[in-house]
Amino acid sequence: MENWARFLEVNAPRILELTIDHAVLVSLAIFVALLIGIPLGIYLTTNQYLADTVLQIASITLTIPSIALFGVMIPIFSLINQGIGFVPAFVALVLYSQLPIIRNTYTGIKNVNPEMRDAAIGMGMKTHQRLLRVEIPNALPVIMAGVRTAVVMNIGIAVIAAYIGAGGLGVLITQGISRNDNYLIISGSIAVAILAIIADSILLLIQKRFTKKAIAE
Amino acid sequence: MISFNHVTKSYGEEITAIDDVDFTVEQGKIVVLLGPSGCGKTTLLRMVNQLETITKGEIIINGENSKDLDPIELRRKIGYVIQSNGLFPNMTIEENVMLVPDLLGWSKKDKRTRFEYLMKLIGLDAKDYGKRYPHELSGGQQQRIGVVRALAADPPVMLMDEPFGALDPIIRDKIQEEFLQIQREVKKTILFVSHDIDEAIKMADKILLLRDGEIMQFDTPSEMLAHPKNEFVSQFFGKDRAIKSLSLHTVENLREVIGLGPVDESIQDTKTIHIHQDLRNTLSMLLNQEADQVIVTDEQGENIGTITIDLVQKYLHFEIKGKMSASQEG
Repeated sequence: MENWARFLEVNAPRILELTIDHAVLVSLAIFVALLIGIPLGIYLTTNQYLADTVLQIASITLTIPSIALFGVMIPIFSLINQGIGFVPAFVALVLYSQLPIIRNTYTGIKNVNPEMRDAAIGMGMKTHQRLLRVEIPNALPVIMAGVRTAVVMNIGIAVIAAYIGAGGLGVLITQGISRNDNYLIISGSIAVAILAIIADSILLLIQKRFTKKAIAE
Repeated sequence: MISFNHVTKSYGEEITAIDDVDFTVEQGKIVVLLGPSGCGKTTLLRMVNQLETITKGEIIINGENSKDLDPIELRRKIGYVIQSNGLFPNMTIEENVMLVPDLLGWSKKDKRTRFEYLMKLIGLDAKDYGKRYPHELSGGQQQRIGVVRALAADPPVMLMDEPFGALDPIIRDKIQEEFLQIQREVKKTILFVSHDIDEAIKMADKILLLRDGEIMQFDTPSEMLAHPKNEFVSQFFGKDRAIKSLSLHTVENLREVIGLGPVDESIQDTKTIHIHQDLRNTLSMLLNQEADQVIVTDEQGENIGTITIDLVQKYLHFEIKGKMSASQEG
């Protein structure tokens, strides 16, 4: 325990700084992923053919091992002199988040009770009114579940991003491995886990706040 | 008024879902579309608010050809009630009911007044229920809300697709009564889909019986029971159609034709029945209890006579069977 106390005394500011870096990287990636994924998911509900194709591509993206995807990013972004660092990591995380976000938005809306949709159309709602007033509110729990999956997954994957110089808590772990320093490895891992739990809890609170009791049950 | 002018709907060359259907729902009347599943009754209903396309023919709603109207505008002018789950769970009762007025841009005050009026119609407290969500209501209450939601913007025409089909028989009966009461007040032109013969007899001013998209008969319930046009119609209403038709007659009708029995003061514990009760219910009441008579009461609750199985049978013989056999001979 004494060793830990000494370790933290020295490293606490650095751990905190790296945690913030990590959170910023993931938040920015999720923010952009939401901007792309949710409108795309909503649009796909109106285009069955495109939906199959896009969901297929998104699934394939997710099967690429993260280290490989980061590797692929390096030569591509070297073209604009951003081969390593924040940009390639950010882009890879955006790509990874797409599947859960698009898929859950799409399925959430598609699975809204067809009778409810029928009533909405039959009462004379226009498409955007139906989406905004009926379908999205009722699909919200499913959409949010996708967002939470994406966030937790990205917090984990962002650890690997340390290998391409994107910083974050992965730095502690990779350094710990190369220096054979258990304190670094363990503190890095715990920080990642805590970050994931906090992020998920916050999102759950947001979800509950914006979902009417009736739908959550 | 809704007129169907030789309306046909077909899928491709082969399948005809609706075949040259031609009839009119008069202003302020209820026409029930009745028939076995797959006969096209729901399709026919959904053609009115353009949820289904028309292949041939036209539907004229209050003088306007539905094809010339913008579907969104048209639907907002037609009340639409479906079997269940048509309420939006993310909206309060008030938001649900006031949805079409809201789409039409009514003022807050107008919406409020209208909501209170509508809730009064179905006997629910506007203050208490307005802020609740649909899942907090019983099935019967939800269906009542579904009905008044369709009435919200005071549309001249209503489409009801098996609105009471998901309710248990006791609640269904009550809500049917309530709805007829409301209809007497609001006098909407209503197209009503049902697969329940008893419901059709009770609700309809006229019944349109369909089979495979073709009209089998279009008549008042009593005409249809008394004079089925063909084998299908008489089979559809069943061998007990004489008994079914009893539900079209009340104790009062019987009193006018053959009179009630005298009240026997010596008999105790006899059940009573209201004079406006229909004869079918009266008959089952007589059959279900041991005494062979029940006491009839009037609006004031006074005993005005008794009714027995014999009297019902006699009435059935004169009024209903008499007409039926006359038609068969003729």
